[in-house]
Amino acid sequence: MRFLVLLVGVVSAGLAASAFSRAQEADPTPTPRSGYEFMAPQTQALQDDDFVNPAFFSVEAGERLWSTPMGSEGLSCASCHEAAETSMAGVAARYPQYDPDVGGLVNLEGRINQMLTKEMGAEALAYESEALLGLTTYVALQSRGMPMAVDIEGPARPYFEAGRDYFFTRRGQLDLSCSQCHDGLAGQKLRGDTISQGQINGFPIYRLLWNSTASRHRMFAWCNTSLRAEPEAAGSETYLALELYLAWRGGGLPMESPAVRR
Amino acid sequence: MPLLLAVLMASPLSQAEDLVAVAIVDGGIPAPLTSVPGSPDRGRLIVRDISKASCLICHAMPIPEEPDHGQIGPPLEGIGSAYSVPELRLRLVDPKAINPETLMPSYYRIEGLTGVLARYAGTPIYTAQEIEDVVAYLATLKAD
Ligand code: HEC
Ligand code: HEC
Ligand code: HEC
Repeated sequence: MRFLVLLVGVVSAGLAASAFSRAQEADPTPTPRSGYEFMAPQTQALQDDDFVNPAFFSVEAGERLWSTPMGSEGLSCASCHEAAETSMAGVAARYPQYDPDVGGLVNLEGRINQMLTKEMGAEALAYESEALLGLTTYVALQSRGMPMAVDIEGPARPYFEAGRDYFFTRRGQLDLSCSQCHDGLAGQKLRGDTISQGQINGFPIYRLLWNSTASRHRMFAWCNTSLRAEPEAAGSETYLALELYLAWRGGGLPMESPAVRR
Repeated sequence: MPLLLAVLMASPLSQAEDLVAVAIVDGGIPAPLTSVPGSPDRGRLIVRDISKASCLICHAMPIPEEPDHGQIGPPLEGIGSAYSVPELRLRLVDPKAINPETLMPSYYRIEGLTGVLARYAGTPIYTAQEIEDVVAYLATLKAD
């Protein structure tokens, strides 16, 4: 609720002050290029082969859960959706989206948790838990190769604007915005790392640095903390809005989940 | 005691008074921030310290034992010939006073920041003495 007040504040201030001037500014947003293109050949090779891509442990965990009954209703995902290959094809590419029942944005993790709590009589899974990462990765895999395409119109619009504002705001002790690195410096070296455009078409990714599969929101928190900025909670409305903006910004990029990143 | 310290540091006002006031004169900061002269040797260690937003994230420097220098800012070899000590001090304390759009963080400024991680709130990246040490080090980087 507090966020919503904030959001409305941000949006109306944005309309009054910055949206106007931003329209006149040259849009710095580059033509979308996947993070894959910025990776070293060895990292790309890990992603290219499903048998060596370590994220496939998460995919397998998700695949097992898909047909495992969970919760008091005795249902599994497969009870209602049958084969994920058909029922889930293209779904992940449309998230996050506005959900009128929730009155806000829902991303793939959130939708899966809704299934558990509303349809199956189960507890919601924790963000970054193996089970939720597994289901998310398994569902996202069914969209591999399909273009990211989210809806930012109608009720989703204010969230989109808030996410864009977040992306362009300098923060943290280092006083940098997401845009300064991921629009302005893509392709350049930040010490050992080649900076990519910060696209999210590969998520959940397997991140070698973490030795684990990871969500989009975990990556946002990592970048925030690197700037010595307070991260937001995974699943928070701020990160959902940021996720919507980023999904739009990478519109048309083929979904790659599960990608492998440094 | 640590709690008290944390409370004190959480208040930007009380902290702001702890920062040494700096005066910009003719495109530089002529007055040293401390009475102890900067040490180039300490400065060379400080600029490498990854826990202090190392300059190497963005700049190549004549520090061959460090791998992976950044390419975002200009290389700093010879910088001590390009700028005077007051000019170097300003470029470290608050490069945004010269170019508000610059990517380079201000190493001795706490105002105008958004959402700073609680454990760094109200403190600059470098202490006043660290600024002096790094300035002294940069001044030794002469072009030849
Ligand atoms: C100081 C530079 C810097 C800033 C500012 C920054 N990032 Fe990053 N970001 C990186 C680096 C370095 C990586 C890891 C290498 C890569 O993929 O670019 C990364 C990776 C990412 C990725 C993963 C890309 C992929 O293909 O897997 C996302 C998403 C991302 N950043 C989003 C953000 C967001 C959102 C913000 C603002 C809150 C932000 N970044 C701010 C440097 C930065
Ligand atoms: C009792 C039936 C039922 C169960 C069990 C169930 N779902 Fe659903 N699911 C639905 C219905 C109904 C919808 C909404 C209609 C639709 O979009 O197809 C839906 C929608 C979805 C969507 C969004 C589809 C879209 O196009 O936006 C995803 C993703 C999803 N379910 C995943 C799962 C997963 C993962 C599980 C198991 C953890 C699961 N579902 C279990 C009934 C169920
Ligand atoms: C996040 C990136 C970043 C970091 C970290 C950084 N710089 Fe910079 N620096 C820049 C950029 C970019 C410039 C170019 C000037 C501009 O943008 O206006 C610059 C310019 C400079 C200049 C002026 C160079 C010239 O030729 O005019 C000096 C001196 C300098 N930096 C020193 C340092 C030192 C010393 C540190 C560490 C204590 C440091 N920088 C950390 C990005 C950075």
